[in-house]
Amino acid sequence: MTITVPGATDTAAPGGAPAGGLAAHQVSVAYGGQRVLDRVDLHIAPGETVGLRGPSGSGKSTLARVLALLHAPDSGHVTIDGQPLGGVRHRLPAALRTRVAVLFQSPRAATDPRLSLADIVAEPLRATGTPREQAAARAAELADLAGLTPDLLTRRPHAVSDGQLQRACLARALVHRPDYLLCDEATAMLDASTQAHVAAVIGDYQRRQGAGVLVITHDPALMARWATRVVDLPTA
Amino acid sequence: MTAPALLTVDGLTVRFRLRDAVVHAVTDLSLTLRSGELLAVVGESGCGKSVLAHALLGLLPRNATVTGQARLHAPGRDEVDLIGAGERHLARHVRGRGVGLVPQSPATALTPVRTGRKLLEETLRAHGHTRRDAPAAADRIAADVGLDAADLNRYPHELSGGMAQRLATALALAPDPPVLLADEPTTGLDRPLVDHTLDLLRRRCDTGAAVLLITHDLAAARRVADTVAVMYASRIVEHRPAEALFDGPAHPYTAGLLDALPDRAFTPVPGHPPSLTDLPGGCAFAPRCARATDTCDRLPRLAADGAGRVACHHPLREEVPA
Repeated sequence: MTITVPGATDTAAPGGAPAGGLAAHQVSVAYGGQRVLDRVDLHIAPGETVGLRGPSGSGKSTLARVLALLHAPDSGHVTIDGQPLGGVRHRLPAALRTRVAVLFQSPRAATDPRLSLADIVAEPLRATGTPREQAAARAAELADLAGLTPDLLTRRPHAVSDGQLQRACLARALVHRPDYLLCDEATAMLDASTQAHVAAVIGDYQRRQGAGVLVITHDPALMARWATRVVDLPTA
Repeated sequence: MTAPALLTVDGLTVRFRLRDAVVHAVTDLSLTLRSGELLAVVGESGCGKSVLAHALLGLLPRNATVTGQARLHAPGRDEVDLIGAGERHLARHVRGRGVGLVPQSPATALTPVRTGRKLLEETLRAHGHTRRDAPAAADRIAADVGLDAADLNRYPHELSGGMAQRLATALALAPDPPVLLADEPTTGLDRPLVDHTLDLLRRRCDTGAAVLLITHDLAAARRVADTVAVMYASRIVEHRPAEALFDGPAHPYTAGLLDALPDRAFTPVPGHPPSLTDLPGGCAFAPRCARATDTCDRLPRLAADGAGRVACHHPLREEVPA
């Protein structure tokens, strides 16, 4: 049943592994027989903002999860700076997996309701063994950068708005100074002002750190404004 | 020549009592929704938009206090006081029949143990269709919202976000209510589906219904709304015909929101919205406003301004009062 549209969509990744960057090579993923990605290539170079576009169900989020090292593809592989990665999640050394961070669409679904915002931001640091005080200091610095006021940091998710919670998720995503940030519809549920603010914080970080950013969005105006290069993902 | 008013809200105020604070969710909100009108209420998350919809349906939690008036004038039916009516009356005569709700999150609004067809036929039968003609009516409404018969036979968890949203919309449209509240109906949908959902609401208006569209998506409001009300910190700060609002906003907050759009300046409004438990006595936007002066310590009244209303001591476009 699979219509084999060759998934090689990314013209900026002509054959082989480019030296720098986060890249998917001939990645295929199926969920229970339903093919969602079919031999897809995608390359994100340091410093660039790649927009990923495609209809609902074309596998954009799946590709983001593969690049975020959260989902093992059925075939194909992911490389960072040309180095192939064998495995996903905790199979990978912390030094490698923390180079990629993700910002999801729904901050509610992506945060533990029992933690304070300060603990949510500091969680990735503690998970990799950073001493508590050092983690708290770094979390406070990033919360400030993301536009969270100190009074919000002691609250738990139910007591803040979606916009405030997504700012906490942004701070959490940047806490390990990732080289790559993947934004999967990260601003879809935010009002225009919060969206512009989140995009500005990411832009500043990107300039300072030279990070590569992947932006998935359905909004053509946002895509045109934010992405420096757009890749279309056809329906698999 | 003016179309009849279907919903009038006057001085609506909602407060939530918390253990150590009071949340000012909606303050002194007045508006009229006429037959054929699509009014979009826009604003930042947490400004009180959704509470407005829930207050009109009597769906607020127990710690809420509602004052003011909201009246439903459904054609051919008795006027209903939405705030004073008891739960029994609201449940039997208002929700669904008088005021329909397209919910914010269809995934949580749909009954997980029934297929879409069961849900839709059940709704239709509760609203006067017989067991015999309900299936055909269900197919017709499903086709209207862009769901095919095969999708209708699925359970909610088997539907994608977009399909679930269309099913929830079909359920709201089934009883043919004169007033429809749509609470963020397009969140998480891709652009073609957003447009499809909005156009459905628009068509509803064109057949005489009135729609209150609550959204944070300014592009959505621009596409379908006749009039737009901007909410900030529990109050309406500006309300005028959509075109006038997008082309010449009078309130500095409206101007700031529009400037944040990716196809405009893409710059955020400076500062943060105030906490609804701790609002200043004067203009709530003043701390973020470049035009603020000492006058802004006094609360600005929502006053007539051209074809609309604005609550600001220093509006951007001075209209000469007639």
